[in-house]
Amino acid sequence: MRVPIQAPAASVPAPTGTPVVALRGVTKRFPGVIANDNVTVEIRSGEVHVLLGENGAGKSTLVGMLAGLQQPDEGRIEIDGAPVSVTSPRQALAMGIGTVFQHSMLVPSLTVVDNFALGGPWWKRPDRTGIAARIVETAKRLGLRVDPYAHVNSLALGERQQVEILRALMRGSRCLILDEATAMLTPHEAIGLGELMRRLVAQGIAVIFITHKLNEAIAYGDRISVLRLGRNVGEIGPETLRGASDAENTERIIALMFGTSRTGEGSRREHTARVIGNTVLDVESLCSEAGRVPVRDVSFSVRSGEIFGIAGIDGNGQKELAEVLAGQSPRSAGSIRLMGREIGGASVGERRNGGLRYVTDDRLGEGTVGMFPVATNFLLKDIGAAPFWQRGIERPEQIRKQAERHVRDFDIRTPSTQTPVGKLSGGNIQKVLLARELTGAAQAVIFAKPTYGLDVNNIRATRKRISEAADAGKAVVLISTDLDELLELADRIAVIDRGSIRGIVDNGEGARDEIGRLMSAGDEK
Amino acid sequence: MTDQQAAATVAGQHAGGDDKGQGARASLRVVAVSIGPLIAALVIGGILLLAMGFNPVSYYGYVVQRAIFSPSGLEATLTRMGPLLLIAASLIVAFRAGIWNLGGDGQYLLAAVCVAATVPLTLNVLPIWANLLLGLLIGATVGAVWGLLPAILKAWQGINEIITTLMMSFLGVSLANVLVKLAFLDPATTTPQTRTLPVEARLPRLFDTSISSGLLIGLVAVIAVHLVMTRTSFGMRLRLVGANPRAAIHAGLSVSMLTIAVFAISAALAGLSGAVDILGTHGNVRADWNPAYSLTVVPLVFLARLNGFGSIAYVFLFSALTIGGESAARRIGVPSFFSLVIVAILLITLGLAEYLDKRHQERVRR
Repeated sequence: MRVPIQAPAASVPAPTGTPVVALRGVTKRFPGVIANDNVTVEIRSGEVHVLLGENGAGKSTLVGMLAGLQQPDEGRIEIDGAPVSVTSPRQALAMGIGTVFQHSMLVPSLTVVDNFALGGPWWKRPDRTGIAARIVETAKRLGLRVDPYAHVNSLALGERQQVEILRALMRGSRCLILDEATAMLTPHEAIGLGELMRRLVAQGIAVIFITHKLNEAIAYGDRISVLRLGRNVGEIGPETLRGASDAENTERIIALMFGTSRTGEGSRREHTARVIGNTVLDVESLCSEAGRVPVRDVSFSVRSGEIFGIAGIDGNGQKELAEVLAGQSPRSAGSIRLMGREIGGASVGERRNGGLRYVTDDRLGEGTVGMFPVATNFLLKDIGAAPFWQRGIERPEQIRKQAERHVRDFDIRTPSTQTPVGKLSGGNIQKVLLARELTGAAQAVIFAKPTYGLDVNNIRATRKRISEAADAGKAVVLISTDLDELLELADRIAVIDRGSIRGIVDNGEGARDEIGRLMSAGDEK
Repeated sequence: MTDQQAAATVAGQHAGGDDKGQGARASLRVVAVSIGPLIAALVIGGILLLAMGFNPVSYYGYVVQRAIFSPSGLEATLTRMGPLLLIAASLIVAFRAGIWNLGGDGQYLLAAVCVAATVPLTLNVLPIWANLLLGLLIGATVGAVWGLLPAILKAWQGINEIITTLMMSFLGVSLANVLVKLAFLDPATTTPQTRTLPVEARLPRLFDTSISSGLLIGLVAVIAVHLVMTRTSFGMRLRLVGANPRAAIHAGLSVSMLTIAVFAISAALAGLSGAVDILGTHGNVRADWNPAYSLTVVPLVFLARLNGFGSIAYVFLFSALTIGGESAARRIGVPSFFSLVIVAILLITLGLAEYLDKRHQERVRR
């Protein structure tokens, strides 16, 4: 049963600058990890307060405590200056803290109105028209347009998020938490969300915006708190933020986040000494009808020590191409040769044994099994192989030894090798995949969006692994939607559009313009 | 175990380290979490008995006396465990691989009928041991064949096996009845039933008791299944398919072939259960006979969390409850279905215990 507070809080803007919610010296521990270490943050009404930090910096834990999902081990949470304990999401809502999580919490098959009515008392018939009228009214106040009778599954992700924000406000939230709110949005929708946040704070709402993207923090935030390894390492107030240029702010935040000031630039193409060898992977007129985007007539070849980039807007057949190459889906025509040997008809396992590796971008969906231990996930593609199995019988000692080696070599942060991989952060899951795919007799490695969703540190570490793989003489296919990444790493870059290669550009002077030209040329057809 | 002790155990667990005392305390907690609900279920069952006008103490006392402490009762309890354990093995393979084979009853009964129809006839041609082996083989094969259609539909069309196996189960049970009444009818009797396998040609008894060696077959099967699923590469493949089929495809496993294999093993074990029951205990199948073991064992293997050894304990408990319950039904008048009521209550109390345990652990961790 929801506590029906309709406190006028949302409609009467509190004076800017009063802390609505405060965390004071909050510490939260998990087995083997300190997620938050003595964190103090004050959230003021009328401000967008950005919590910025890499994956695993403790942002989600902080949100969890404010949302009532977890309780602090030490320290306290204050609302309007009074210490409270938030023991459930319902209680958090009753206290005026509304949370919009990264993944939609709406029932897709119901209409917007019905979703809003879900929290109501079960014995009463929901007042649909009344709720609908309030939705329209609240939406108007925020400059949004929401059809209360639309089914949620007919709405775009950005619209669903707006609906969730509306719902949080209509339940009396004075403090709105947006957890990685832009992660699922298109760039255009993200800008819309930024504008919405400005309108919310103009109404006196306090907004907590969680992100790991620097540019968004600077563009939308009034105040930025930087979290690093669970600690609040610094706060940049509104005066400082507005008084400086974006570049200066970026510099300052990076200094806080990493203790040094360096962005990714200036580091491009430092692999001058690499020796390019013989052709390892040779793809000719490859076609496939298996996926959502058919792969059409793709030809390229990659030599040993070479990084072959594939650029393009996401969803243009990159995933399908990677899966055909790896053997997960069938080709309809064409040939794939690995070290001169035709593998177009070979199974996934045969290709892997031949030296073809595939680092998938869907790390939890297909790359790993979340509830299996880290040690087991290293072996998912080698089940039954010696020395980890002998005549089909598991040898735990060997499996443990390999896992410990991988954890050390790849700097995987995990409480133990028996921890379920799903409990690790995104960056560490990626390291598990890299350890699995880059060790052993790899000849050619396909990376699908290898740095997608990772924080700056892990992006840097992953890119280093990719370079090292090429340095070690492997042929690398790097599929990425990040042009800067490709320009930094690749020797040649192909542009993919609707399943076919538009052209291949040598990376060097003018490559960026040439790739841009190829990408837009696709529309002429 | 008191709350404080439990808290200490959990705290000890999270303090890290690998000492033996911690392991002992952790296993003590597991015991507490498993035994507590059992006692609670018996108490609630007792209250129900009171409400029905029976004395719970004398009912439980009678059940325990008849099923465990009387030699003939214990022998009957252990004998019945054989087919139940085979069903448990059948279910563990399937559930661990993420496949819901709920068609065990059809697979069991059809296998039982085919075995009962064949072995009395081949007895004249084959030596007893070969005849028994033939019977077991027929049972396993018939069970596997009855699982084939749902397997194919699941593997290549992705059709939900819960529905197809249940439907095939109804068909299998009906077909078994039709076969008993029409094709496999024993012309020598007036009641519709198959020919009867003479007692001396049945599965050998253990030592000097009346316990059927079907118990051994069951124990071997359930332990073998447990070890295969937890310790071998084949078991690992099956668990991978069960946990995340997309990861299995990504790792290059043939999900369809593994699905077929799981169905074949699971259904064959269910069929084997039917064969063991006929060859060991009944000797024939009467029309309209259907013990419906499979759906009864489903909650037991879940209570044991798909652990083979845990399943043995639960199957023993259930077997004792039914054997004792059947006697009690005749003597005291409590319906024999009361053992199912106890299992149902046990499911609920165990779920509750697990929930409380989890909440407790979370609170301690905070």
